[in-house]
Amino acid sequence: MGMVVNLATPAGLFWGMLPEIVLTGWALALMLVAGWRHSGEEDQRFAGQLALAALVSTLFALWWLWAKDARPDGIALMIALDGFRYASSTIFLLGAIMTVMLSLGYVGRERIHTPEYYLLILFATIGMMVMAAAADLIVLFLGLEIMSICVYVLTGINRRSVFGAEAALKYFLLGAFASGFLIYGIALIYGATGTTNLTLIAVSITNLGLQSNGMLMAGIGLLIIGFAFKVGAVPFHMWTPDVYDGAPTPITAFMAAAVKAAAFAALMRIMVHSLGESIGTWQNAVWWLAVVTMLGGNLMALAQRRLKRMLAYSSIAHAGYLLTAVVSGTETGAAAYLFYAFAYTLVTLGAFGVLAVVGRNGERDVRIDDLAGLAAKRPWIAFAMAVFMLSLLGFPGTAGFMAKWYVLMSAIEADQWTLSILLVLASVVSAGYYLPVVMEMYMNPPITERAHQESVAVGAGWVIGTTTAALLLFGFFPGRLMDLSQASSDDLKPSAAFTLNAPTGIDGTADR
Amino acid sequence: MSGFLASIGYGQWVLEALMIVPLLGALTVMMGPSGQAKKIALGFALVEFVLSLGLWWAFDQSTASMQFEVYREWIPAWGIAYHLGIDGVSLFMVLLTTFMMPLTILGSWNYIKERESPFYALMLVLTTGMLGVFVALDMFLFYVFWEIMLIPMYFIIGVWGGARRLYATIKFFVFTFFGSLLMLVAILVMYYVVGRETGEYSFSYSHLLHNTQYLGQWAFWLFGAFFLAFAVKVPMFPFHTWLPDAHVEAPTPGSVILAGILLKMGAYGFLRFAVPFFPHVALDPTVATIVVTLAVVGIIYGALVALVQPDFKKLVAYSSVSHLGFVMLGIWALTLQSIQGAIVIMINHGISTGALFFMAGMMYERRHTREIADFGGIARVVPAFAAVLTLVALSSIGLPGTNGFVGEFLVLIGSFSQYPVATAIATTGVIFAAMYILLALQRILFGKLDNPANEKMQDLSIRELLVLGPLVVCIVWIGLYPAPILRRVEVSAQALVTQVRDQVRDQLPVQAEGLPGEQQPLGKLGDDE
Repeated sequence: MGMVVNLATPAGLFWGMLPEIVLTGWALALMLVAGWRHSGEEDQRFAGQLALAALVSTLFALWWLWAKDARPDGIALMIALDGFRYASSTIFLLGAIMTVMLSLGYVGRERIHTPEYYLLILFATIGMMVMAAAADLIVLFLGLEIMSICVYVLTGINRRSVFGAEAALKYFLLGAFASGFLIYGIALIYGATGTTNLTLIAVSITNLGLQSNGMLMAGIGLLIIGFAFKVGAVPFHMWTPDVYDGAPTPITAFMAAAVKAAAFAALMRIMVHSLGESIGTWQNAVWWLAVVTMLGGNLMALAQRRLKRMLAYSSIAHAGYLLTAVVSGTETGAAAYLFYAFAYTLVTLGAFGVLAVVGRNGERDVRIDDLAGLAAKRPWIAFAMAVFMLSLLGFPGTAGFMAKWYVLMSAIEADQWTLSILLVLASVVSAGYYLPVVMEMYMNPPITERAHQESVAVGAGWVIGTTTAALLLFGFFPGRLMDLSQASSDDLKPSAAFTLNAPTGIDGTADR
Repeated sequence: MSGFLASIGYGQWVLEALMIVPLLGALTVMMGPSGQAKKIALGFALVEFVLSLGLWWAFDQSTASMQFEVYREWIPAWGIAYHLGIDGVSLFMVLLTTFMMPLTILGSWNYIKERESPFYALMLVLTTGMLGVFVALDMFLFYVFWEIMLIPMYFIIGVWGGARRLYATIKFFVFTFFGSLLMLVAILVMYYVVGRETGEYSFSYSHLLHNTQYLGQWAFWLFGAFFLAFAVKVPMFPFHTWLPDAHVEAPTPGSVILAGILLKMGAYGFLRFAVPFFPHVALDPTVATIVVTLAVVGIIYGALVALVQPDFKKLVAYSSVSHLGFVMLGIWALTLQSIQGAIVIMINHGISTGALFFMAGMMYERRHTREIADFGGIARVVPAFAAVLTLVALSSIGLPGTNGFVGEFLVLIGSFSQYPVATAIATTGVIFAAMYILLALQRILFGKLDNPANEKMQDLSIRELLVLGPLVVCIVWIGLYPAPILRRVEVSAQALVTQVRDQVRDQLPVQAEGLPGEQQPLGKLGDDE
């Protein structure tokens, strides 16, 4: 056993929330700095470097807690201390670090001289970490709102961009709507079970026999709809393409990777931890959501000619693959989510990084044909982009394949064979839009002599390079990472001891 | 020879070396100067060939078990290992691959003029991928190699191919990808079903092979997924439509590899996986009838379409569909001779069709056309070319004394006892083959030399003779004295036949749910399991 933390005491809470506290401290300091120095490009870069330092030190605080294997004393009351939280927070932090690195060159080029840009990334990351740590629906909602509001602002932070403003407004309205669904769902679940604690919800459902309770079902349904909005699942995806399209490119990457991963982390925890035993009540709904999202996302992406929009639709398709992992409702599914989210974060940051590099004069307008001949002029960027595309396609030799394979494993383990067949069929469709990117780069000549002369900023170069290397590395040697994912999800289901001794006053016997 | 090989521990390291040498070669090619790329690549391919040659002597022909095994943990938590091995079925696929690669690289010498380093690097990576497919003994590893080798081929066609290469590459890719992803699902289902029954979760080939009885009613669907993946690759009628496109657009070396080795993977997959894993389904009368019918239709259809092709390369491409039909017939007849014959046809097809594609490429290099009508009477201008083309063409028809005869003869003899009608119809395919090949030969080589552009054609150069020479030697050698090959194949082929037939005989048939038609065991009903 690792370090035992008593979350009822202030000291325990301090240690339990250490990474979030560290990051909040840095964010407040950055806010002061931004207040004093906010005029030029120099200040902007300084803010970026501070943000980077903040995220890295938070990562170390998180890993310290992870290495100590900190566990709650008894039941996790407000925040969870488990491997799942540490692993998913690591993914968000890595995503945020790479976003900041991509932004270092980008904001200068786009003349976004607002240091608050980095500040908002930090606060959004705090929100995500709180979401992953939430052991209570209220905490979860708090985290979600912290994250969402920051991201709304980030979407429209480039005040000169009309599309940015449109995207931010759209995102805000639909996001607020989704939050409404979510909080209503939470209220109904509270009404049915009498608690908002995730473990106690599981206990109540079992002890009170609520599996077919109407109010609970309605609550779960609204909860799923709220999350479906947040992750951009079909048919709740309408905002996704426009928002991804209009936002600054590093922020698009941040949304597609980290924001989505955070929503999935919370969803996964609720579904496996609280509702894992009553899987029958929600599995069908999520099954359909997954199928429609995979097929819809892929088919719509097929019709896109602009790279950024294509990646936006492709991220819908990937939400569908992740929903497949949710459908299984098992710890293997949660482990598959962790691996998938990690691989997807790498590939998304990398791919949007390439987009930010090649789209010097407004990456919104980069068409797939504009990449023609990239391989001849910029062989390494083209190689990286080819790796990203193959990884998104789920081709062996890349981490994307191992991730998809893991999701398939979790689905088949849960006897979801039809779903897994639909998943691979959807993947075949996706070859129709990922491969043309590779084709344009390698098999067509450049359109003009002067194409592809962009210089690559140091930060973007690092992101593209490391993500490519990591994707290939984990494509061939995924063993350790898979073991880690598995170990991090092992205790996601409430243990029998908690279920039996839970302070509900009802001496129920959990069916385990 | 085998004593010497044993003394250097050949059996322990040969497979590792065969997998690594091409990759090292690819790295060296990429690092080295572009002008030297082809020489470096040829050097590595020759080293690879020489290394693999020892297999011929070191291979123990008295056992059907796997030899030269390499076993290393890869993802232990999921029962995935890096496990390689060779038996009589895969031995010649490996040798064919290592034999064809140096020739192909030598054959690309003048054809590939731009971006040489990446081309030769991809060829070497492709070598590792193809060898991996033939030697993998872990289903996960097999799947990885099976897919990975798509990428080099995709680039070889797409970057160095003809005018409609983009269409051809995406068709090639999507067809194959579709089949193989369904196979992936099937592999995972097998993993879980067998794992639950036996308590041991493993992707190991032998573990799954020895527990196929647990697959029960799912066997039919699993077989279907494997069937689709392999049938696309073979390609069987009606899944063949990607093949002519890919062949016509591919550069010469691409076509040679595609026909010579890649198509063999489908047939190999049937021999190694689809049939032994699901003997009940494969030998189910309905399924067998469908497969044999498709095989025969492929034989006749491929030949008939080849008959009317104006483009020589397309003609050879369709002739592949026809030849592979014989392989499928041989596999499904499942007698010792027919399996041996199928393997020999696979080798022959690699050699003869490879040679035909080389020669189509040589024609194209000289005249920038492959239309049969543009030639005529060139035998007088290029006598050596004409002589080699004639010999290769005759071997493709299956003239006695050439390699083509041995394989088709064995398949037809072996299959006749099982499917007399189908075999009789298939035999007419040989006649059609004679028609399309001889007709093309006549219109290209003989007749009047009426196109002045042909008067200046160059005869074979030394380099081209070096490419074709080894192929011609093999054609004659296998045609006259195939025994050494048959001996090495025999025990493994016999083991395959016995294992599959015994399983069907000894066990009760699987539950007929989900199977089309009534399931009947081939032999008498055995006792309860």
